[in-house]
Amino acid sequence: LTKKTIVKGSVTGKVLKSNQPINFLGAIDKKTGSITDQKHDLSGKSIKDSILLFPHGIGSSVGAYTIYSLKSNNAAPLAMACQKIDLTVASGCALANIPLFVLSSNEYDSIKDGDEISLG
Amino acid sequence: LELTKDEEKSLNGEHGEALQTAYRILSATGEATDAEKLVPIHWAHVSGVNYNTIGDAGEEFLATLSKSAKFKVRTTVNPMGYDKDSVEKFDLDENFIQKQESIRESYKKMGAIPTFSCIPYELYDMPREGTQVSFAESNAAIYANSIGKLKTNKESAFSALASAITGKSPYSDLRKDDYPTMSIAMKVSEPNELTFGLLGYFAGKVADKSVAISGVKNMDKRCNKSMCASMGTSGSCGKFVLDDNSNASEKVDFDEDELQKVYDELNTAESGDMITLGSPQLGLEEMTDLAAMLNGRAFKKRCLIFCPRAIQDQARSLGYVGQLESAGCELMSDCCTCLTPLVTKKDADSVTTNSIKGAYYMKNSNGLDVNLKSLSDIVRDETS
Repeated sequence: LTKKTIVKGSVTGKVLKSNQPINFLGAIDKKTGSITDQKHDLSGKSIKDSILLFPHGIGSSVGAYTIYSLKSNNAAPLAMACQKIDLTVASGCALANIPLFVLSSNEYDSIKDGDEISLG
Repeated sequence: LELTKDEEKSLNGEHGEALQTAYRILSATGEATDAEKLVPIHWAHVSGVNYNTIGDAGEEFLATLSKSAKFKVRTTVNPMGYDKDSVEKFDLDENFIQKQESIRESYKKMGAIPTFSCIPYELYDMPREGTQVSFAESNAAIYANSIGKLKTNKESAFSALASAITGKSPYSDLRKDDYPTMSIAMKVSEPNELTFGLLGYFAGKVADKSVAISGVKNMDKRCNKSMCASMGTSGSCGKFVLDDNSNASEKVDFDEDELQKVYDELNTAESGDMITLGSPQLGLEEMTDLAAMLNGRAFKKRCLIFCPRAIQDQARSLGYVGQLESAGCELMSDCCTCLTPLVTKKDADSVTTNSIKGAYYMKNSNGLDVNLKSLSDIVRDETS
């Protein structure tokens, strides 16, 4: 299904899909995986154990540590998939060993929030 | 991404765990940015120093890494959680201080220069034009590319750390001489640093890797820093060029309406209970500017100023620190407005600042409301 694999792995799970970019440092509670940014379309939801689809990461370079912390705190997504990959998300997933994929825009659009999918 | 035989060996763990971790990160960031190879870099600036942001997992990771990793190139570090000289003035728990000290020790062990600053570009003379560096800390990366004439990816905390350990980074687009595909026309007249901050926040949202901006002349350092910081906050864009004759394919306007939209998103209070200045940290030029603007006036509220230790020392010997302290300012080094545990709901419900980046993180991470004003308006309204 995927256009490109950045961090290898194969997962099956439920999709949590956002239409907005994510600033991992400012917008997520690293202990629980909850989205704390009230202006975000996933506000109040938890990314834990989901297959997290979002357009791309933004903002602080320290967001990579948030991704690593989520994994250490058992609050990480099973995998992430984006339309384009920034260095914060790529390096955070690489160190935390969270499978990470780039999807083509057709693929991205065809997957809906709540779908059960397999990646990798 | 093509690795050399030696890099391949490091990735496979033949040169130890630290290098393996570093190359694992560089492989992922290289793949992510379609880089064909790694190139040598001559200066790394790492973020991920503040215990408030990296937490226990980060602290433990760095403690383990520092047992075997050594930095290969000049490596400067971002602000940490507090000013060591005034830590007792603040209500920080023992655990926080202990963890922060562990982080400081880990970076020292790996060979970092203890700058604790988000403006490395004001602490050293800039290397020769075109020099490849690896700057995490988004304002510093954008400043290096756009004003410093250096070349860096908009590195992450881990990719810059990997660069510090290996002396290398993926040869991605921002390291090449590519040209922005989007141009923004600045239509707001008489802009100040707040206007440029709002423009940067807008640009970060709409632009991809880099952006051209037309209709702008004579940005001073305060405006430049404000725009770099806000652009880094809202997006993934890592470079801007000022160009009135851009042949970028996509063109958008930044007018009064767009300005108001961004302002309304970030300004959440009519006034602030206290004032914070310095996100990015203030440099010597801005400190002398502020001292001149104050000209004997004093703040009516608590005013925190964040600046690098080296700059504070320099400003003190030149007499500016005395002037600022007489005006009621509290100077803080080693830390920064954004993501400091020193300003929380316990201290204030709202802050006044001229920093868009500071506003974003004060609201989203510290939970405080923000009143945005330019520095000259702050001096006009908040001093007597």
